[in-house]
Amino acid sequence: MAVAVAVAAITVVGAGAGGCLHPQNPPSGPGTPPPLARPPEPAAAPVAIVHATIWTGAGKRHDDGTIVLRHGLIEAIGDRSVVVPSDATVIDAAGRWVTPGIIDTHSHLGVYPTPRMNAHDDGNEATAPNTAEVNAEHSFWPQDPGLVRAAAGGVTSMLILPGSANLIGGRGFVIKNRLARSASAMRFPGSRYMLKMACGENPKRVYGRDKKTAPATRMANVAGYRSAFAQARDYLRRWEQWEKKGRPKDDPPPARDLKLETLAEVLSGNIWVQNHCYRADEMLLMLDVADEFGFKIRSFHHALEAYKIRDVLAKRGVSASTWADWWGFKMEAFDGIPESLAMLHAAGARAVVHSDSEYGIQRLNQEAAKGLAAGRAMGLNVADDDALRWITANPAWTLGIDDRTGTLEAGMMADVVLWSRMPLSIYALADKVFVDGHVVFDRDKPMPRTDFEIGIPGAAADGAGAAR
Amino acid sequence: MTMAGRQVGAVAAAATVAIAAFASPARSRAQAPPPATVVIEKARIHTGEGPMIPSGSIVWRGDKIAAVGAAADVKAPEGARRIDGSGLWITAGLFDAESRVGLVEVSLEESTVETGLDARYDAVRAAFAAVDGFNPASVVIPVTRMEGITTIALAPDRGLVAGRGAVLDLVGSGTDEMIVRTPTAVYLAWGDAGRSVAFGARGGLVLRVRELLDDVRQYARRRQDFERNQMRKVAASRLDLEALVPVVEGKLPLVVAVQSAADIRAVLRLVRDEGVKIILSGCAEGWMVAGDIAKAGVPVILHTMTNLPESFESLASRLENARLLHAAGVKVAISPRLTEPHNSRVLRFEAGNAAANGLPWEEALRAITRHPAEIFGVSDRMGTLSVGKTANVVVWSGDPFEPATRARHVFIRGQEIPMRSRQTELRDKYRELSGAATTPPRR
Repeated sequence: MAVAVAVAAITVVGAGAGGCLHPQNPPSGPGTPPPLARPPEPAAAPVAIVHATIWTGAGKRHDDGTIVLRHGLIEAIGDRSVVVPSDATVIDAAGRWVTPGIIDTHSHLGVYPTPRMNAHDDGNEATAPNTAEVNAEHSFWPQDPGLVRAAAGGVTSMLILPGSANLIGGRGFVIKNRLARSASAMRFPGSRYMLKMACGENPKRVYGRDKKTAPATRMANVAGYRSAFAQARDYLRRWEQWEKKGRPKDDPPPARDLKLETLAEVLSGNIWVQNHCYRADEMLLMLDVADEFGFKIRSFHHALEAYKIRDVLAKRGVSASTWADWWGFKMEAFDGIPESLAMLHAAGARAVVHSDSEYGIQRLNQEAAKGLAAGRAMGLNVADDDALRWITANPAWTLGIDDRTGTLEAGMMADVVLWSRMPLSIYALADKVFVDGHVVFDRDKPMPRTDFEIGIPGAAADGAGAAR
Repeated sequence: MTMAGRQVGAVAAAATVAIAAFASPARSRAQAPPPATVVIEKARIHTGEGPMIPSGSIVWRGDKIAAVGAAADVKAPEGARRIDGSGLWITAGLFDAESRVGLVEVSLEESTVETGLDARYDAVRAAFAAVDGFNPASVVIPVTRMEGITTIALAPDRGLVAGRGAVLDLVGSGTDEMIVRTPTAVYLAWGDAGRSVAFGARGGLVLRVRELLDDVRQYARRRQDFERNQMRKVAASRLDLEALVPVVEGKLPLVVAVQSAADIRAVLRLVRDEGVKIILSGCAEGWMVAGDIAKAGVPVILHTMTNLPESFESLASRLENARLLHAAGVKVAISPRLTEPHNSRVLRFEAGNAAANGLPWEEALRAITRHPAEIFGVSDRMGTLSVGKTANVVVWSGDPFEPATRARHVFIRGQEIPMRSRQTELRDKYRELSGAATTPPRR
């Protein structure tokens, strides 16, 4: 019974995937996510966490709170009056805190995995400045040990992106951080693909400087985006005309072009743009490009100068994914300031702390805490809850999964972190991390090992498995 | 005294100059006011020496600490600037044991990077002094010291032997004035980084280092023969051999960057055979050979967040490295990873995470104050809060390891540092958005 319910839940959300550009495509075509490869499995046993300080990320805090997880979803949440079901495993969390699972909008786990071998360098298809046809899902190595470390940091979902060498780097895909044998089995059910685009220094360095080919300048960067979308618009029109004619049998459909297909999906709104863009002026430029072709940029990533245009970002409904305090590693990162997250928030823009790092992803809670402290020090009124939302609800919105995860409410996915203490403290450690109600990290047990770490002396030794 | 005027390899002379510069920071300031006296009262003081003082006072006159102790035992001197420390925490100035602050303005802009020489031309550049490229006007300095980092051990980079380091206080208008001690160590790359410039094998690394040290000894004994060209071909240039003489004499340590347990053992073997003094840096798998490191009496500089199998030399990286090395009796210093210096201001969080993963709190603090001072030979002057030491003092709003805590006052050599940087100026410029600062939203 429990199994049936869980499978049904996944099927329903799976069917909600963004519409398909080419209705004649087989379901496994690139326009639409193929069906999940994760086989039906027993749903996680019901769990009730009691006496916790529960921080919902949706504006509520329950002191002495109870949360019940069942069939991969949050069955009930509230104060001590919530009835604990008799079949649930009860975890007494007195003195401990519960938050939504953390979500990272910018990760390269699996595509730039550790160990950082040449053989694993699968994140940048740096052979042409527009590789819209590639998909990070097809590079993703589900045995990356970084996935387990991220789980230990409370991260339950993340967007896996191609690198930023290219103007248009390809598709990114959202995963749930629960190990499986394939990338598609880890894909967040029903989630959209995203398009990775990159502004500024990287493409012109990789092509102009290193390969002596376009783009060598920022103006050629913009010409590159515009040419690509101009072609995509024609491509989309050809398909629409063929559709309008009623898909005539005697008139073959236009030839499929995977590169243009991805861009056409962006123009149709089925794939969202996630745009690596540091500088304020370039973000404004990209909004012009988006307006010219009628697509939406969902988030600017590495948006170190977002604080300079926070009013525009608020008005346009574009989130800013940024770091708490990184800066200075290149010219376009020279103006980063630690107050940016709080300034964005105070202006009504959606601020997101992202990692872009296999280390940063392990401590996004601390990054949020740093941004919060910087904002308060400059006199901004930022609540703890706002800072929590920088790593939960706001990234969930950025990835289009906020109706299912990112906050703790009944009916949402059971993506939950149990912290040893207030999670904005440096001393807070994730004690237990749940994804779809399954425990993916437990500090009382040896650290889970990916296949790579099997049989290696001393590997993955942290945690209770270690000799104390 | 210009930097270029320093005798290469003249350790004693350089040290004397540094001490002179240090002892009289106001020597060329004819109009400088008399040394100020400052007292902070009723603060929670972590001196780094004895137990924590729950309600203590600290006094300094000019750049030297004059008194520190329980509030009841310390009298505020006449005319002193008095700061109420109620509810605040005080520590010694933080000391980054491996820093490139002042050597890099923008990491990807080659013309602003002064960390070392291009290893393609010569892998052994012991004479290279990182401090010669130090930019005392670097925009990274104010950003760094506002987070309580008062002192850095400047570390060169690149090649097999990268060059020599120095210790600087992050206050003063010129490099000479900022130097606490130079040179402090010679930097050697082992492991993956070292082998790539040592003919592509770890065996080549061992051969090259042994040959080099042997030639340095020969050179030290036969300087006249060398000058007359009556020596066989040696493994490094004259200046580099000269810079390594104090190393083979055991007077100047080698900082050896090394990660794997096997490589650490190889380095310890070399130390035993060659009789040189070393400091291990990195040590991702140090916990596996903690007993050996402790037995050799070798201190370590750890990057405590490293817990991924980044390469085959660090497959056993883990967060509990610092705790386990300390428990085995190894002296632990902590520094952020040196990918770029801009965010080395996170030093206190690096230590805090080590504490969260089992390193005792006081040890985590010592790892970013006292231990670096001891490792680099300046603990007679700094690293703890005790009478006679330099007044490098940070006043915190709470536990310095917590992100919510802010440095309220930072004093370096007794001088209060303005809480102003290029970043605070950008913040203030964009505090209010005016039409001039932004483009109006379209559509």
